[in-house]
Amino acid sequence: MFEPIKVSLESLNLVTLAPMLIAIAGGLVILVLDLINSKLHKSLYVMLTILILVVDFGATIGLNVNERGFFDVMLIDGISIISQLLIIVASILFTPLALTSKRFHEYSYPEFFALFLFMVAGFQFMVASDNLILIFVGLETASLSLYTLIALHNRSNSYEAAVKYFTMGALAAGFFAMGAAVVYALTGSIELYQVAQVLSARLGETGIMAAIFGSSVLLMVTLAFKLSLFPFHTWAPDVYEGASAPLAGYMAIVPKIAAFVVAIRIFGMYLDLGIEWVRVMILILAIVTMTLANVMALVQEDVKRMLAYSSISHAGFIMAALALDTTEGTTSIFLYYALFMFTNLGAFAMLWISRHKVRKFDARYDHPFSKFAGLVQIMPMGAVIMALFMLSLAGVPPFSVFWGKIYVMQAAVNAGYVWLAIIMGLNAAIAAYYYLKLVVYMFLKDPVKDVDTVYYNLSKPLMVVIGFAAVTTIAAIFYVQPLVSYLYYMISASGY
Amino acid sequence: MDNILSVLIFFPAIAGLLGFVVDKKSARAYGITVAAIEFLLSLWLWFSFDTGNAGMQFVEMIPLIPDFGVSYYLGVDGISLFIILMTTLMTLIGMVSMSIEKDIKNMIITLLFLEMTMVGVFVALDAIVFYLFWELSLVPMLYIVGAWGGPLRVYAAIKFFLYTFMGSLVMLVGMLFVAYVYHSLTGVWSFAITDWYALVLPVNYQLWLFAAFFLGFAIKVPMFPFHTWLPYAHGQAPTIGSVILAAVLLKMGTYGFVRFSLPMFPDASVMMITPIAVLSIIMIIYTAMVAYAQKDMKQVIAYSSVSHMGIIMIGIFAMNSEGIGGSVFQMLSHGIVSGALFMLVGIIYDRRHTKLMSEFGGLAAVMPKYAVIFGIMLMASVGLPLTIGFVGEFLVLLGFYEISPVMTILAGTSIILGAVYMLSVFKKSFFGPVTKEENKNLKDLTAKETWSLVPLVAIVIWLGVYPKPVLDPINKSVNAMLVFMEEKAITAEAKDIIKVPQSATNAGEVK
Repeated sequence: MFEPIKVSLESLNLVTLAPMLIAIAGGLVILVLDLINSKLHKSLYVMLTILILVVDFGATIGLNVNERGFFDVMLIDGISIISQLLIIVASILFTPLALTSKRFHEYSYPEFFALFLFMVAGFQFMVASDNLILIFVGLETASLSLYTLIALHNRSNSYEAAVKYFTMGALAAGFFAMGAAVVYALTGSIELYQVAQVLSARLGETGIMAAIFGSSVLLMVTLAFKLSLFPFHTWAPDVYEGASAPLAGYMAIVPKIAAFVVAIRIFGMYLDLGIEWVRVMILILAIVTMTLANVMALVQEDVKRMLAYSSISHAGFIMAALALDTTEGTTSIFLYYALFMFTNLGAFAMLWISRHKVRKFDARYDHPFSKFAGLVQIMPMGAVIMALFMLSLAGVPPFSVFWGKIYVMQAAVNAGYVWLAIIMGLNAAIAAYYYLKLVVYMFLKDPVKDVDTVYYNLSKPLMVVIGFAAVTTIAAIFYVQPLVSYLYYMISASGY
Repeated sequence: MDNILSVLIFFPAIAGLLGFVVDKKSARAYGITVAAIEFLLSLWLWFSFDTGNAGMQFVEMIPLIPDFGVSYYLGVDGISLFIILMTTLMTLIGMVSMSIEKDIKNMIITLLFLEMTMVGVFVALDAIVFYLFWELSLVPMLYIVGAWGGPLRVYAAIKFFLYTFMGSLVMLVGMLFVAYVYHSLTGVWSFAITDWYALVLPVNYQLWLFAAFFLGFAIKVPMFPFHTWLPYAHGQAPTIGSVILAAVLLKMGTYGFVRFSLPMFPDASVMMITPIAVLSIIMIIYTAMVAYAQKDMKQVIAYSSVSHMGIIMIGIFAMNSEGIGGSVFQMLSHGIVSGALFMLVGIIYDRRHTKLMSEFGGLAAVMPKYAVIFGIMLMASVGLPLTIGFVGEFLVLLGFYEISPVMTILAGTSIILGAVYMLSVFKKSFFGPVTKEENKNLKDLTAKETWSLVPLVAIVIWLGVYPKPVLDPINKSVNAMLVFMEEKAITAEAKDIIKVPQSATNAGEVK
């Protein structure tokens, strides 16, 4: 006979689960509403989703730092709170884009919003735990929802993108499970804090390094896939191209923030144990990723693919900060994403301002550079804002990404990696070329004639989101200080 | 008005924003008015400037990112004061003389934003604020060259942008490293240049940092062999673009050497005297020869402008009061003279739509006023006594004579070579019979053109005859800088070479 398990409700600390439960409950409410009345307009779902995310935000920001809950599998430390906040803010920014003036299939389904909320909850689980199984569950919940969201964009290349992403994702999930299994076999635990204790005691034993190597390669493959690091980046441009533009912008941010948190937890632990080759491995991956993606972006003929490669390059840039393993380095990861988020989402959303029934400019691409030729004459404000986003991505001061860039570079210099900072600087110079290319097309070329088949897609919500992104891009200099001090406080409080 | 520097920076920017509302037909009048007000404000800055004080004046300091040591920190001293005046003057004159019709409103707005960034570079005392304006100045210039330039404009604009951008990113890493060293020594984050001045760095750090800053500044100057972007930019840019580029943007590089490299890395600067002097002499002689070989009048001016930047560089690295003071003066002179020459070339281009010297000849008979002004500017460019060009060049050569007489003689060939190519331009275009039919009925200078050039002629002669009111404040600040460099230098060699003038040591002025 088993003893009945007695657990007091207090010790479960259920409040740590509240943010995710709010998102999941919200998703269920949307499904139930649809069940009751299937004729409801999408604007209702959009607003409900935003409201649920706002409540979610409130619940997250109120959490106490460094608490565990729910049989100790939930870990609410500083980075889990800030990453959840970033994820929610990006999601709130993304949602209004569903209110486009043109009709897209995906947004008329309430399932879209339910899946979206489930995905947010999945990412929140992923970052709010140091239990490898819960991380895995969160990862899969989020990923499966995301595959479906891509496929809902009802076009053949969206299916292609979703299937491509799914198969690659399934492979990565397999690697994660195997990596976690090796960790369990080594230490008898899947809780990372216990893993760290066991490993630090056994680090001197023969053969243990080979096993750690095996597990960390497997785990690194998974995360490199999620972060689209070289050589696991090949899916990214195709998937971004197949997904709708804002969703592509969203995918370049939120899944990566979640994956970075997991990477910080796992590889930060190895670095703290003093395993130096992990640092070398991360540095090589980071440098190769940022350089190669930059070179690839140079030759792209499609703006969306260019932005896809550029966001891969940015991910490599930030990955280098992970190898530093200092509080500043970790702060710079989050600062960079907080600043990059608005600009990148804005840039992807700008791709959406015009649409064509047929591929007008190019048989192969949806957003070739020539589509943006002379935009300043057609839509001056739009061209100026897009140019702002491009200059910001290129790292021209005082726009937002510049502050992220110098914070990362300063962190590298402080940790003694001056050469890394120089490589970062040179990469930023290479990257400037392809961002400038779009600026040149918009400002210095004449528009392609016969543009009357263009369907403008400028809805109010789109303008609000783009306007908000533009303001945050320009005014970054005024909020970097509170942002940095908050992030630094939260991260140092959780011991990273 | 204590915050006059902020007003100087943001007045053109706000005017630029409001300019979007102004009707296209009135845009030019709007731009000229704004630029005139800005110039008057900068004159006011000069009159309220305390010439007896060698340190920073009108200092403003607002912490922006205290955790990171970035603050909005501005100030002027004798070195930057006149460059600011020159900037606002050349923007005003450039706008008055501008002959562009296409998208005039965009041009005016772009120029006003450009003026903000240029003033910002020269008043910034925080490295990040300096960097911010430094990088931001690329964007309007990219647009000016790219939108109003010649057939290869896009290539020229991108080359200009990427070249400078790459150099300044390396400089940024240098800045971050200085901040890191400052933090590890004092425990405080600071990007304030005046704080950095207090740092005494070991020689190997100085050398590396000097190299990093050198790359950023040398590309902007442009030093040989980083000068290849400039002929393209000048060749393709519209007249106004060339005027601003030659008059102001190039000065950012030389100003950077005076503001950052010398006081922060005195020992490394002394060690690098010979390499930099050699590069500068190559730059002076080689580009002068290239200038002689040009068929296009504008390219002659462009290469001559590079050649004269070599004189400024050599003066900065003379490490004494005459050399550095002369260099700063030469920056003003170069700005006014080469700006005027580009405007003059623009005037003939507007009439004939060609800049080839073979198309002209005998212009002196057809356009006498034009020929006179061209002649005066040409003499000033060559460095004829009693023109502005002579004062700076003479002081620079005098200063560098203490370092190396041989190299001074080589650098002095710039006067001879300058005379050779400039006089040949003058001869080919202005003297002889009028060979081309089209040239016979060319109109002489219009009132607008005359009024934009006459003030420059007046300045060229005034400061050539009586440079004291400008030279005195410059020398005051330069002397203070030298005293301070000498105190800070750690190697005996540097202490030996950095010449502190007697008057400065007696007065005991230390920044």
